[in-house]
Amino acid sequence: MTTTRPAGPALRPAGRLTRTQRILVRAALLTLLAIAATFLLDPYRNYQLAVVAATFCATSGLTLLVGLTGQLSLGHAVLMAAGGYGYALAVNAAAGAGLDGDGVAALVRVVVGLVGALVASGAVGGLLGLAGARLRGPYLAGLTLAMVVALPALATQVPALGGDQGLAVPFEAVPEALSRLVVVEQWHAWLAIVVAALAVTPLAVLRSGRAGLRMRAVHGDETAARLAGVSPARVKVGAFVASSLSAGLGGAVLCLVTQSVGPGRYDLAFSLLLVVAAVVGGLGSLGGAAAGAALVVLLPWLVDTVTGAVGVPADLEQRLSGNLAVLVFGALLIVVTLAWPGGLARATARRRAPVPGPDPSSRPPTRARTDAPAPTER
Amino acid sequence: MRNPRTATTGVDARATGAVAATAVACLALAGCSTPAAATPGISDDVVTVGTHQPLTGPAAAGYSSISAATKAYFDHVNASGGIHDRTIEYVVKDDGYNPATTQTVVRELVQSDGVFAMLNGLGTPTHSSVLDYLDQHDVPDLFVASGSTLWDDPEGHPGTFGFNADYVVEGAALAQYATDEHPDQKVCVLGQDDDFGEEFLAGVERVTGADGVTAHESYSTSNQDVTAQIGALQAAGCETVLLATVNGFTALAVGTAAKMGWSPRWMASSSGGDYPTLVELLGEDVAPTLLEGFVSANYLPFGPDGEWVELFRQINDEYNDGAPFDGNTVYGMSVGYLFAEALAQAGENPTRESLVQAIESGELVGNGILPLSFGADDHSAFDGVGITVVADGVQDYVGATYALDGESVTAVEPQPVALENDGVPTS
Repeated sequence: MTTTRPAGPALRPAGRLTRTQRILVRAALLTLLAIAATFLLDPYRNYQLAVVAATFCATSGLTLLVGLTGQLSLGHAVLMAAGGYGYALAVNAAAGAGLDGDGVAALVRVVVGLVGALVASGAVGGLLGLAGARLRGPYLAGLTLAMVVALPALATQVPALGGDQGLAVPFEAVPEALSRLVVVEQWHAWLAIVVAALAVTPLAVLRSGRAGLRMRAVHGDETAARLAGVSPARVKVGAFVASSLSAGLGGAVLCLVTQSVGPGRYDLAFSLLLVVAAVVGGLGSLGGAAAGAALVVLLPWLVDTVTGAVGVPADLEQRLSGNLAVLVFGALLIVVTLAWPGGLARATARRRAPVPGPDPSSRPPTRARTDAPAPTER
Repeated sequence: MRNPRTATTGVDARATGAVAATAVACLALAGCSTPAAATPGISDDVVTVGTHQPLTGPAAAGYSSISAATKAYFDHVNASGGIHDRTIEYVVKDDGYNPATTQTVVRELVQSDGVFAMLNGLGTPTHSSVLDYLDQHDVPDLFVASGSTLWDDPEGHPGTFGFNADYVVEGAALAQYATDEHPDQKVCVLGQDDDFGEEFLAGVERVTGADGVTAHESYSTSNQDVTAQIGALQAAGCETVLLATVNGFTALAVGTAAKMGWSPRWMASSSGGDYPTLVELLGEDVAPTLLEGFVSANYLPFGPDGEWVELFRQINDEYNDGAPFDGNTVYGMSVGYLFAEALAQAGENPTRESLVQAIESGELVGNGILPLSFGADDHSAFDGVGITVVADGVQDYVGATYALDGESVTAVEPQPVALENDGVPTS
């Protein structure tokens, strides 16, 4: 929704607002709208909204990476985990250094934590990106997959990461001034929405500008891009890092909301679900990434609610627990790819605008979809 | 040039309008989300309590039967008219022993299901991830199923109470028993790589001194292979191995050692020393041989012919479809009994405050082999444990009972509680 179809730079005369400014205005509006929406939700839904926002950070980065540069990462959960661990380590260091109060100290602590998350996820993403720029298709997927599989062992072997138990971070209570107005879940949802906006808006700007064109060029034909003076390696690494930073902020939000980070949340299934979310939502579309994130968070809960309401026998319910949601995801993925190969975003976009405009973003992503088969191998 | 300009000015105007509208909406709706004042989970005839349990996942093998036992006990209480004419409804959520899932299901319990209190949430890594959350929402967090010392923090978490004897107590008591029975032997420790293992080791070292432990190895629950650790312990010449392991890993350790032809004296924490569960895990054929002389700590009425066990067996047959009766059954029902007792003492119209006060009053008796140590400045349930030994396939107390009094371990007399009123507490 945020930036499904950015305006072509050359096609519209310069108005008072530049393209970037328009994106910023739209992002600010959507952020305010989301914050207003938290008032309509009960605390548990607000918690879910915060988790959706965190997941959205990761899926938006992923959809950009796969949709625009064609680099398939199956390991975005690891980048989220890196962000979460970075957040936890930085926040705990800050709390240890005297920033353990409420009010301003708490906000400063959160900001320090977010910087920690950016540093950690940027470092991991940078390294992966450097390797990824030399690898193609399935090999990059394999590399990132290996990272996910290695995460629990890594968390156990490095004492600073706290083993299976993970790291705990201080609870961020509602500031005094707001405590009569909102409950803690809503406050956390606000923080999550703001961080998600900070994570996704730069991606939207990046996507609609020159960087986005370069990514599409590299994805379309590396040799041609090189002839045009674009360095494919640099573009690919840059895209990977941008996508990692966004995922890292998502991990930081999850850590903030749940007061802990551990390898348990970032398992293989979750990592693959992020890819499914990006594909179902529509590769390259940030609005689609938002829809995908909501699906990833809400579908398991919906399935549980339905099985609970239907009154499935206890032992069958226990066996279905957790598995049924994955099954539904698989079915959904098949249905969506068959019905709308471009994902949910394409399906709604086509209904809205039947005549394809001379929009520079509309062509290459179509290619991206046809020659990025790996995500559907799930 | 005019048209695009007016268009963008339009965007500006629309933006301002939307922002203003949003702000107004925020203010208008602000009233809707302030927390409610009434006591959640208490109606005229039902008290709703919730729990998170590992019904699936790595810890399910040892512990998934606990909540079923608690539920069966509550059914027994409800059949006798409930507590203060209210029946107890027990909402059990599966967290798969994954802290991330725990956080989700506990929020669901508190916010969607509106439970009165949390009861017996299982696991150190899982429960510690919701500790602050429950405190922030003033939800009584009763009788956590873990022996971590985290739960005993009346200042930081005034609503949280432990149930297990803590791991420091268990480690100290088992080490004391080992030194009393077999002086001058090489004592080693195998522990889980989290608070469980660390606190247990700290308890052992209070008795043996920091250099009294010959070797210490740890394992991670995500890796189902302890060959390296057992090999290291064997190489160190250990004669007694103290285990800070969950049931699944006790079986794994004993089984792995047996495969390597090594049979030290095993002494396990109550969390991983339940004989029937271990037999199920190791197999009927070899378990009696492997586990003969197996020592474990316990603090609940587990003797094969006690009156509590007899009652619990009846309840298990009647309300739990005759599920296998083991230490987890006794544990689950004892937790239920203690909660029923606290609820009975919390008054005719219990509130979250009166429930916590009832426990802090120190008047709860429970059904353990030692008096409960709850008080205003003590949120741990048991300061001591008894020693059980497996003899001829029967696990029973041998009489040795130890309590941790500050820094020193002392031998004490067990003080079992008599069964009254068919196991349904009255205030």
